Amino acid sequence: METLAALGHGFSVALTPYNLLWSAVGVTVGTAIGVLPGIGPALTVALLLPVTYNLEPTSAFIMFAGIYYGAMYGGSTTSILLNTPGESGSIVTALDGHAMAKKGRGAQALATAAIGSFVAGTIATGALTFVAPLMVKLALMFGPAEYFALMVLALTTVTAVLGDSLPRGLASLFIGLALGLVGIDLQTGQARFTLGIAELLDGIDVVVVAVGLFAVGETLFAVSRHRFEKEEMYALKGSKWMSREDWSRSWKPWLRGTLLGFPIGALPAGGSEIPTFLSYLTEKRLSKHPEEFGHGAIEAVAGPEAANNASAAGVLAPLLALGLPTSATAAIMLAAFQQYGIQPGPLLFDSNPTLVWGLIASLYIGNVLLLVLNLPMAGVWVKLLEIPRPWLYAGILIFATMGAYTLNNNLVDLVILWVIGLLGFGMRVLNVPVAPCVVGLILGPLAEQQFRRALTISQGDLSVFVTHPIALSLLVIAALLVLIPVILRSRRAGDPEGTAISH
Amino acid sequence: MTSIHRRSFSKFMAVTAAAIMLGAGAAQAEVKGLEIMAPSGPGSGYDQLARAIQTVLQDEKLASGIQVQNVAGGGGTVGLSQYVTGKKRNPTIMIVGFALVGGVLTTKSAITLDQTTPVARLMGESDVIVVPANSDIKTMADLVAKLKANPGGVSWAGGSIGGFDHVLVGLIGKAAGVDPTKINYVVHAGGGEVMASTLGGHATVGVSGVEEFRPQIEAGQVRALAISADKRIPGLDVPTLKEAGVDVSLVNWRGIMTHPETREADKKAISEMLATMVKSPSWKAALEKRGWIDTYQPAAEFGPFLKQQQTQIEGALKEAGILK
Repeated sequence: METLAALGHGFSVALTPYNLLWSAVGVTVGTAIGVLPGIGPALTVALLLPVTYNLEPTSAFIMFAGIYYGAMYGGSTTSILLNTPGESGSIVTALDGHAMAKKGRGAQALATAAIGSFVAGTIATGALTFVAPLMVKLALMFGPAEYFALMVLALTTVTAVLGDSLPRGLASLFIGLALGLVGIDLQTGQARFTLGIAELLDGIDVVVVAVGLFAVGETLFAVSRHRFEKEEMYALKGSKWMSREDWSRSWKPWLRGTLLGFPIGALPAGGSEIPTFLSYLTEKRLSKHPEEFGHGAIEAVAGPEAANNASAAGVLAPLLALGLPTSATAAIMLAAFQQYGIQPGPLLFDSNPTLVWGLIASLYIGNVLLLVLNLPMAGVWVKLLEIPRPWLYAGILIFATMGAYTLNNNLVDLVILWVIGLLGFGMRVLNVPVAPCVVGLILGPLAEQQFRRALTISQGDLSVFVTHPIALSLLVIAALLVLIPVILRSRRAGDPEGTAISH
Repeated sequence: MTSIHRRSFSKFMAVTAAAIMLGAGAAQAEVKGLEIMAPSGPGSGYDQLARAIQTVLQDEKLASGIQVQNVAGGGGTVGLSQYVTGKKRNPTIMIVGFALVGGVLTTKSAITLDQTTPVARLMGESDVIVVPANSDIKTMADLVAKLKANPGGVSWAGGSIGGFDHVLVGLIGKAAGVDPTKINYVVHAGGGEVMASTLGGHATVGVSGVEEFRPQIEAGQVRALAISADKRIPGLDVPTLKEAGVDVSLVNWRGIMTHPETREADKKAISEMLATMVKSPSWKAALEKRGWIDTYQPAAEFGPFLKQQQTQIEGALKEAGILK
């Protein structure tokens, strides 16, 4: 077992007190920036690059990896407690995570997120250790046609978050798709719906919209009801530990989330949002309590949180094995490699084994440190909710506004945040669900881009979507996911005795 | 005479302190509180140059308290307009490059580079044209033949519309005698995606910066057909486009602009700071580490060069049908 020997060597590098210290610094900084919306791991690593110039490359990368993983952990905290997702990968977490917090189960939501992240991070790092080259080979089979099919599959997630009313759910979805059209059309370079505002050329930032709809919209709604309704938000109700039932409802979603997150994270255009959507959909379809989804189902926090952490490890697979940066943070890490005169890529494992295996070993260690850091913190964090309502609401609004500004240092983002916030308030008043809007905004532009890329390459031949086996399979699964519940429902309706479902 | 006011006393102390510090400094005065605008996100080409300058200037003690500000968007025009319209207290510089010249044109930006002052060109990067290792295209001549036979059948994976990769592909097409509007150019978000599309065989040809493809070229996973610069790159056995029989040479240059309202003394200090920097060993090392080509030009040469680039890029974009 050559790999195990190399990994053992890696641990001997990462476990020196000096490197352990850098790992601890990294995960602490990472958690902190994950909690703050707007400041992502990419910017943090960029800011730290000149500072780490005099460090050993191995120590620097161990710290960067800590920041990267730490940010993924921290992102869930504000999603759950304040309904303010700091990263696009933790948007889905806010749906049920915040509902759990409102019911006084914030500590359990934070715990299942932290343990799920640990489980996913550890398994995915294991996968990175042993199957990275194979995973990358599979990932390269994904061309535009396959990506488009994957986006369509992810888009079926919408069926899980539509809410009680189909027209309202679809209206929300279309608002999201329309917002997604804003910006330069990449294939032709033409500006669409930018109203002559240069800041809109790159489109509307997903995090700004999610924070606007979730944090600003919801908070305004809560404030508008404050005088009339009795407070329905508890810091903590009952034990702060996960119950036996919580554990038994969490462990499978953790594993399934990991299974979705790692391979999709390894795809060059996979990202961290798509696996969280697919995980939410899977858990709702498999749950014995689908009616709890949207009202604080623990599976809906456990699965997506595992998925986004596993995808973070997935991103490192093409970076280390091919030198392919597939996220902003990976691009910065690549630049950092170059600063040290190290060329990542197919030859990195041979030319810098100490660095690579030290880095991989530090990912295992970072995960343990993060769990140790975050689990006890869950009890402290939920105390945030004990802050008197008016202060808490004001705090959320300031936090959201600050985050939207730091994202791009851009005033236009603040205007967008508040326009979207008011829109979210209106949607909330009219009982229109906001989740489909975010799904549409994220997936619409991605799907369009891949669809047109596929057709450009095939010179307009639509058959690429059915002649590529992977694309066809994904599209068939998507169709089944939409059709099967409809068929089942109509059969049940046509069979009032219920014999059809008594299997 | 009245007693010494506290304020004027502290002013006196500050002036004395500054005088002492100046006296103790080297011949080259240190530029204090320099702000660098990188009109793109962290990790991008502009950002990498900004942070390389930051490190070298600090190491060489040519500037202190340097801050890099990233403003992404609109092919760099959002950062440009913020730079031009923003209030400046400290000496400031902005990173400029080939892509920003194109970005101003394609986005029809109201604020243009003419509202900034050229200071220096610093470096350049060459593109490389690659095909998957198992492709039947072995040389640039094979590619040109294929392109002539069926322009649409050759799909080119590259960066954004109007960017360096796109203009280069247009020029290659033109040199091969193919109608630029017939070129099948597939836009990708950055070099990573271009690499994935090429390695996976989804596109016929990939076009991106040499450094981004170097590891894959060295590992034999892709075949490099030619580089866009007119000089070979040390350590890389790949011909230039001209050597390969295509009469095109193009370098993805980057340089420095400053705000027109910058005080003359500051302008002079910045120019001198950069002129000293490009001669320093740590700058040379920074170039070598990143595979950048030294293309330094002081303002007197960079100004006319920028004008010539604006005309050339506009012409190329018009021929490709991107600009009317």
